[in-house]
Amino acid sequence: MAENTHAVEFRGISKFFGEVAANDNVNLYLDKGVIMSLLGENGSGKTTLMNMLAGIYFPDQGEILINGEPVTIKSPRDAFKYHVGMIHQHFMLVDVFTAAENIILGLDDGGKHDMNEIAKKVSEISAKYGFDIDPNKKIYDMSVSEKQTVEIIKVLYRGADILILDEPTAVLTPQETEKLFKVMRAMRDDGKAIIIITHKLNEVMEISDVVAVLRKGQHIATVRTSETDESKLTEMMVGRKVELNIDRLDVKDARPRLTIAGLTCRDNEGVAKLKNVGFIAYGGEILGIAGIAGSGQKELLETIAGLRHVESGSIIYSPEGRSPEELVGKTPMQIRDAGVSLAFVPEDRLGMGLVGGMGMTGNMMLRSWNRTKGVFVDTKGPKKLAKQIYDFLEVKTPDIDYPVRKLSGGNVQKVLVGREIASSPSVLMSAYAVRGLDINTSYVIYNLMAGQKAKGVAVIFVGEDLDVLLELCDRILVLCDGQVSGIVDARTTTKEEIGLLMTSVGGKEGKSHD
Amino acid sequence: MTDERHEKTPLIRISKRENMSKTNIWLIRLAAFAFALFLSCFVFMTAGANPIEAYQTMISGALGKKSGLRQVIKVATPLLGTALALAPCFKMKFWNIGAEGQITIGAMAAAFFAINFGKSWSSPILLITMGIGAMIMGAIWAGIPAAFKARWKTNETLFTLMLNYIAIGIVGWLQGGPWEGKKGSQVIPNFADAAVLPKVLGVHCGWIIVLILVVFIFVYMNYTKHGYEISVLGESENTARYAGMNVMKITVRTACVSGAICGLVGFMVASGANQTLYADVADGVGFTAITVAWLAQLNPFAMVIISVLFGILSKGASSLQTAMGVPSSVSEIIKGLLLLSLLGCEFFINFKMTFRGHEAKKSKEEA
Repeated sequence: MAENTHAVEFRGISKFFGEVAANDNVNLYLDKGVIMSLLGENGSGKTTLMNMLAGIYFPDQGEILINGEPVTIKSPRDAFKYHVGMIHQHFMLVDVFTAAENIILGLDDGGKHDMNEIAKKVSEISAKYGFDIDPNKKIYDMSVSEKQTVEIIKVLYRGADILILDEPTAVLTPQETEKLFKVMRAMRDDGKAIIIITHKLNEVMEISDVVAVLRKGQHIATVRTSETDESKLTEMMVGRKVELNIDRLDVKDARPRLTIAGLTCRDNEGVAKLKNVGFIAYGGEILGIAGIAGSGQKELLETIAGLRHVESGSIIYSPEGRSPEELVGKTPMQIRDAGVSLAFVPEDRLGMGLVGGMGMTGNMMLRSWNRTKGVFVDTKGPKKLAKQIYDFLEVKTPDIDYPVRKLSGGNVQKVLVGREIASSPSVLMSAYAVRGLDINTSYVIYNLMAGQKAKGVAVIFVGEDLDVLLELCDRILVLCDGQVSGIVDARTTTKEEIGLLMTSVGGKEGKSHD
Repeated sequence: MTDERHEKTPLIRISKRENMSKTNIWLIRLAAFAFALFLSCFVFMTAGANPIEAYQTMISGALGKKSGLRQVIKVATPLLGTALALAPCFKMKFWNIGAEGQITIGAMAAAFFAINFGKSWSSPILLITMGIGAMIMGAIWAGIPAAFKARWKTNETLFTLMLNYIAIGIVGWLQGGPWEGKKGSQVIPNFADAAVLPKVLGVHCGWIIVLILVVFIFVYMNYTKHGYEISVLGESENTARYAGMNVMKITVRTACVSGAICGLVGFMVASGANQTLYADVADGVGFTAITVAWLAQLNPFAMVIISVLFGILSKGASSLQTAMGVPSSVSEIIKGLLLLSLLGCEFFINFKMTFRGHEAKKSKEEA
């Protein structure tokens, strides 16, 4: 047993969900003092595999060894027993508790907790790895990055030697990502085994020592980061050579399509979500919108689409060949019929824009149900449109009346974006259009957007991945706390500049062009 | 080694199942139905009856004679009508549990015309007025909580439930007060003949109205703009707003349609079955109809089958009481068991269970 004691070893692990093999005979190991990237497209089984190590799922077949010993991990509590700690994508913290209280939450060591002792220990851990945290700060006062720090300290406090981070950088600015990586390196040097789940290749190259690639639930290969490059990794991930580029045409003859000035709106609780927002979106241009999650991206699009009450400000819409009109005060229906289209993809992909329980036809009807006269709905037109999108975008569904809720994320998005584009809009807004999509489908969507731009449509694209925004967009508007922090030229700006604009209005040293 | 590991795996694991064939789904439901009947055998045995004999008595009591069959239809008619009324509400995820009150208030409106104009108006005009009056009152009774929900987001479940008691209270007061027949009788006199629904094939013609409603609701839900709006709103209010739908209007309108049909049922029960009005006119139909609607998965045609089945159970149980001395309340127990197993079996349709050890065998076979 002792010839090679890896920190973690998966032996022949399989996990099925219904007929689908989320993990299929995975053999994988990780040594101490190593950072491993677990790379794979969405649905390739990365999170499932890690959830088995963290005690959230139980493998159907195979076994897990920790320090060379076969173990049975049936619950997160078991996982802690074996010093495995997972930092999930969605934080699991109690908002009204302090950092220290959250850290000890659920620890059962009998008797009372000595908060001073705990604060001291938290400070020790912070000092050791270079965290910057105040143990007595409440969670609701914290930024996303601070909350993540609490999550990491929480598992370290419980003595974790094997850390799993599930897409930790998705919610961070470039500067915060750098800070996280520094901490991860410090933990590695302390002998911890670290697994980071990500699909951002540049981060893989930067942080990890080895890369394990999963594809369709199977372990394809584990390679040393120093011996590979991004295109090789992509090929392993996708299974064939892929050309991932977006044709970015130069913007010519751009005319203002949407002129927004002094836009302010509040949410139901009266909190200002947009503060005096003003910008111009041009036809034949892709305007990217960047910002930390919850900086007002969603509210901005919803306001333009007429779904939110506007407190003050104006949205002037200047369609080609028609006189400009004010959109504020119009109903969502009127705005949409005027040609301003919202392909909104909320967190759960379905919420708005699509009806999960209906098939493609029923969802096509969302746009046309009210067009006919009389009491009956027209199903023929939507059915034809559904067929077209089915053929054109290669939507994988058993039937066009099969509930879209049961389709995979990529196909859901294709249905949504396909429908919006089919209405030949003159403004196309999309938010998080590629969230949860595999690389190929993402690029299908990007190129659909680029195609709309070529047709002269004003595209507004809210995105999460700064690399993509830099590659796809012509200009990028950065939102910070509901305000326009700056508008930069996507061809000349850098990630760092955008990162600064994301965290403070105007950026500390960034300059805003217009 | 392998055996050791098996002891550590959980005994039963539950996982989601997809793409079960339609045939299998119906087989499972049929099995659940049979299972409920099987469980009911124990109920009969506890009551001291031979289960097979009991079932025979129930079936011959309900279906053997014309009078029994009429009774079945008489029970099934208001159940079916109310279940149909609830379908649009439930599809919209508006939890209307106030059908009881809407029936009662509809019956009250019908009785108002029957009592005041029973002797002076001709029968068709009177009956149509009673029906319309009942529908309007039913619509108001359901429209109030819907308007409050749409405007102030109040809880429609509690609101509709409360209105049940108010409706029953009002009729109770009328029964002992203004509309009381002989002083101190606490009874409203029977309606004049002009205010009684005519009979067709021995049962008041409400059953024909209800069958027409089956087709109406089916078309309304599946082929009209209203039906589409209801389906979208039921799935997501945000999506409905985004599609340009007027959420408030749809909520109130749908509740009113639902309440109107309930009111019509109240009219049929008062005028056709009871020929008078009393506080207990709805007699739990408003609640039992919820069960019918869900057992039928909101499908109007399935509701016909379920409500007739409930009619058979209820008539059969009263025959059982007369013939074998088994309390007729067993029908309630059987209904409960049916509901339990039919709704419970959805679990087996949506999930599958894997027992310890079976997975390994299966994978070996696959390999």
